[in-house]
Amino acid sequence: MSAASMVPGLGRRVGSLRSERRWALITAYVSLIIAAIVMLAPPLYMLLTSLKTSAEIADLGGNPWLIRTPTLENYTALLGNEMFRGFFINSILVTVMVVIVTMVISVLAAFALARMKFWGSQVLATGVFLTYLVPDTLLFIPLYQIVGGLGLLNSIWGLVLVYPTLTVPFCTWIMIGYFASIPKELDEAALIDGANWMQMLTRIFIPVALPGIIAATIFAFTVSWAAFVYPTAFITQPDSMPLTIGVVSQLIRGDTFAWGQLMAGALLAALPPVIVYAFLMDYYIAGLTAGATKG
Amino acid sequence: MAPDSSAAVAPARPPAARPPSNAMKRFARRRSTIAFLMTLPLISVIAGLVAWPASYAIYLATLNRRMTAFIGLENFDILLDNETFRAVIWQSCFFAITAVLLKALIGFWLAHMLHHLPTKGQRKWRGMLLVPWVIPPALSTLGWWWMFDPSYSSINYLLNAIGGPSIPWLGSPWWARISVIIVNVWYGAPFFMIMYLAALKSVPEQLYEAAAIDGASGWQGLRHITLPMMQNIISITVLFSLIVTFANYDIVRVLTNGGPRDLTQVFASYAFQVGVLSGNIPRGAAVSLFMFPLLAFIAYFVLKGVNQRNKEMA
Amino acid sequence: MAQVTLRKIIKEYEGGVQAVKGIDLDIADHEFVVLVGPSGCGKSTTLRMIAGLEEITSGEIDIGGAVVNDVPPRDRDIAMVFQNYALYPHMSVYENMAFGLMLRKFPKEEIRRRVENAAKILDIGMLLDRKPKALSGGQRQRVAMGRAIVRDPKVFLFDEPLSNLDAKLRVQMRTEIKKVHQTVRTTTVYVTHDQVEAMTLADRVVVMNHGVIEQVGPPQELYHHPRTRFVAGFIGSPAMNFIPATVEARSGGLVLRLPQGIELAVPAARVAKYQAYAGKQVTFGIRPEHLTDTQHVSKADIAIFNAAPEVVEPMGMETLAHIRMEGAEICARLDPTVPAAPGVPMPLAADMGNMHLIDDATGLVI
Repeated sequence: MSAASMVPGLGRRVGSLRSERRWALITAYVSLIIAAIVMLAPPLYMLLTSLKTSAEIADLGGNPWLIRTPTLENYTALLGNEMFRGFFINSILVTVMVVIVTMVISVLAAFALARMKFWGSQVLATGVFLTYLVPDTLLFIPLYQIVGGLGLLNSIWGLVLVYPTLTVPFCTWIMIGYFASIPKELDEAALIDGANWMQMLTRIFIPVALPGIIAATIFAFTVSWAAFVYPTAFITQPDSMPLTIGVVSQLIRGDTFAWGQLMAGALLAALPPVIVYAFLMDYYIAGLTAGATKG
Repeated sequence: MAPDSSAAVAPARPPAARPPSNAMKRFARRRSTIAFLMTLPLISVIAGLVAWPASYAIYLATLNRRMTAFIGLENFDILLDNETFRAVIWQSCFFAITAVLLKALIGFWLAHMLHHLPTKGQRKWRGMLLVPWVIPPALSTLGWWWMFDPSYSSINYLLNAIGGPSIPWLGSPWWARISVIIVNVWYGAPFFMIMYLAALKSVPEQLYEAAAIDGASGWQGLRHITLPMMQNIISITVLFSLIVTFANYDIVRVLTNGGPRDLTQVFASYAFQVGVLSGNIPRGAAVSLFMFPLLAFIAYFVLKGVNQRNKEMA
Repeated sequence: MAQVTLRKIIKEYEGGVQAVKGIDLDIADHEFVVLVGPSGCGKSTTLRMIAGLEEITSGEIDIGGAVVNDVPPRDRDIAMVFQNYALYPHMSVYENMAFGLMLRKFPKEEIRRRVENAAKILDIGMLLDRKPKALSGGQRQRVAMGRAIVRDPKVFLFDEPLSNLDAKLRVQMRTEIKKVHQTVRTTTVYVTHDQVEAMTLADRVVVMNHGVIEQVGPPQELYHHPRTRFVAGFIGSPAMNFIPATVEARSGGLVLRLPQGIELAVPAARVAKYQAYAGKQVTFGIRPEHLTDTQHVSKADIAIFNAAPEVVEPMGMETLAHIRMEGAEICARLDPTVPAAPGVPMPLAADMGNMHLIDDATGLVI
């Protein structure tokens, strides 16, 4: 091929490359805009509904995606509702306790499994992973019997007891990954510096793996906040209900739904995880992906 | 001692005759003991709250309704003879497979599109698109339920506005099944997107450059580089999501509560209805145990994948 | 400060693989000993056994007069500098250096004094508030050394501390380490795979191979009087030339018969020593600097032969000529003024006063 015939060919190639790039970018933006509309429409519509009066909701004449007379009355009504505040308090209590229990259990176990080879540690690590694959819907009936036998049905303590099955395996699993990524020389240096196992954990491993600890804590928090199967099964009295089941079961009464209040309740209940997500998105995502990339 | 070479190789002296003192061994044994104590809470959770209930479920499933007599496999027999339950099996599989396939495809597409964007802009889009995954599904499903409402459906309003018909979302069996899948896909696709995006980012850019120089088109790059490099994460995410979707409860419970005519019941919601609401604990346990073979099957593959990965990385 | 003694140390891993096969070593107080050898020779394992990071399968380690086999690392009163420095990433330089003292419950004042003193020795006073992430490789290396110095231990252990640095910095830190040792005089065991580091730093070098000690001695002795073929080849750069040869008796003396009909006369002083090998196949060893051009030699015991270099490498202060021989690839160091060209035969002078003969059967230098 002569140089003369190559040059125009090259020019055409560059031009097509640029337009190829531009089309790829346009496709990307169109897809993402459609996806964002679909992904955000439901929460947006919930927000719109929660800001409407019951009369406006019941009026079939207008466009449901617009608000004519925005109001906060649904929110004030809910916040003034003692039962709803009770749901909130129950959710907070259960979640805080579960997060603490989970983190203590997982960090201790992950440290031992990542660093102190002992008899059966390999089996246990596999066991943790398998437990993670067992869904709550497989366990809730026997646990219903067990929790009932302990007299903890309709008590938030029953929830504190069983929620670790949702959180501990995954948190342990990702903490093992984070701890294992700490170079071995660091513990040897600490060992020579005179640290014992507990000092090594608290002075070296926990501070160094802090991003992992934050990610695991966020995971434990969101999972116990969103837990639905166990409270639905174990709690039937409104005063022990956490938010998820409380909103779903108690704000729906009879055939005339107070849709505005229901949506306001759902949004308020969803707020804490959303706030955590908004502020700690990178840790949140690190925790999500750690499970798969480390496993 | 002078540093001279003749002293270097010490005169042969019999090695310490006394039995090697055991302090070091004791040190090692103490380490095992501490490690065991540290994992004890974890072991109790696994044994007491997972292994024990799981075996207890098997025992429960062999009892009669009042839990007074052993009836062997009769609960399973009755269930398999029951047309409603056979529909549950069918619906569970249909729901899980369809939803996971859609989530995987949409997630992959979105991850790819996101990966095309300049890095600066990615964060914002990623943040928006992950919102469905962040809201507790029981609560966001309430929103969908309201959007599917027979008389007030805001989705039907939009359909009517562009000249389409109103759809009986939760009223007819097939539309109800589709609705459940729509909500599940809406909730789960962002998770797939995030996973795939992480995997895409882990593929070194040079590989694409090398492929481009070798003359690969964009599609060939995807086919021969992206997919093989992501194979592991794709299979693990799909298998894992299959378990979670198969065992799903929240969405069905809130959206249709199993209706119409029990046609959207899946294992979990049916087990709940039979076991807790109707009070037949043993039969409910039997229903949820039907999930077990499939879960074990998937777990086997996941574990095999994980082990293989570990071996490759070692 | 203390001496360190190893007696019949064996390290056997599960599966019966022996990494260290019964070594004996006496290290004197204040001495700087370097363990050197190729990777997998057991040098690092030996160091880690002294540190207590690795269990000893059998034998005895004695630090400062007490057997420490059963003593955990923190009670051995040693300090170690790791290859990747192992600085605690979440602590400042000051905290990194103070950590060991803090765990040992030293008073605050004493800790401050020691850290500042070490910082002065190492010239890192202005870095004390920084985190390791904000330091360069050489600075991290200094902090790692500082962490060892503040402890004022009986023994310093260095595990390939310079291998993560670039070539220039490595030379600079090598000098730094030597200076520090001259200041604090702590007994030091230093592991490296780099023979130049070993030669420049050590009071005594310990050459290890396949889990055994090949030779122990001061750098010069190892260089001039290697005991085995391995040591002869390992120490020195470019490495010693090894050429297959036959010893032949000639009119009262001995000559070495090399490939391509080259014959080199053995100096009279060595005849008695090599007599027993007359008629036998041996390996002739000679360092490149003892194989030179003929214009700049005037000593006795010179044997001259002709050869054509295959590759010529001018280095500035010298020129290296690589010559292919049957069964050997040899290197000569020429004066840069001597004209040498690939493929052009030239006369070479072998300084037979510095020759070595190696018994092929035992691998020992005769």
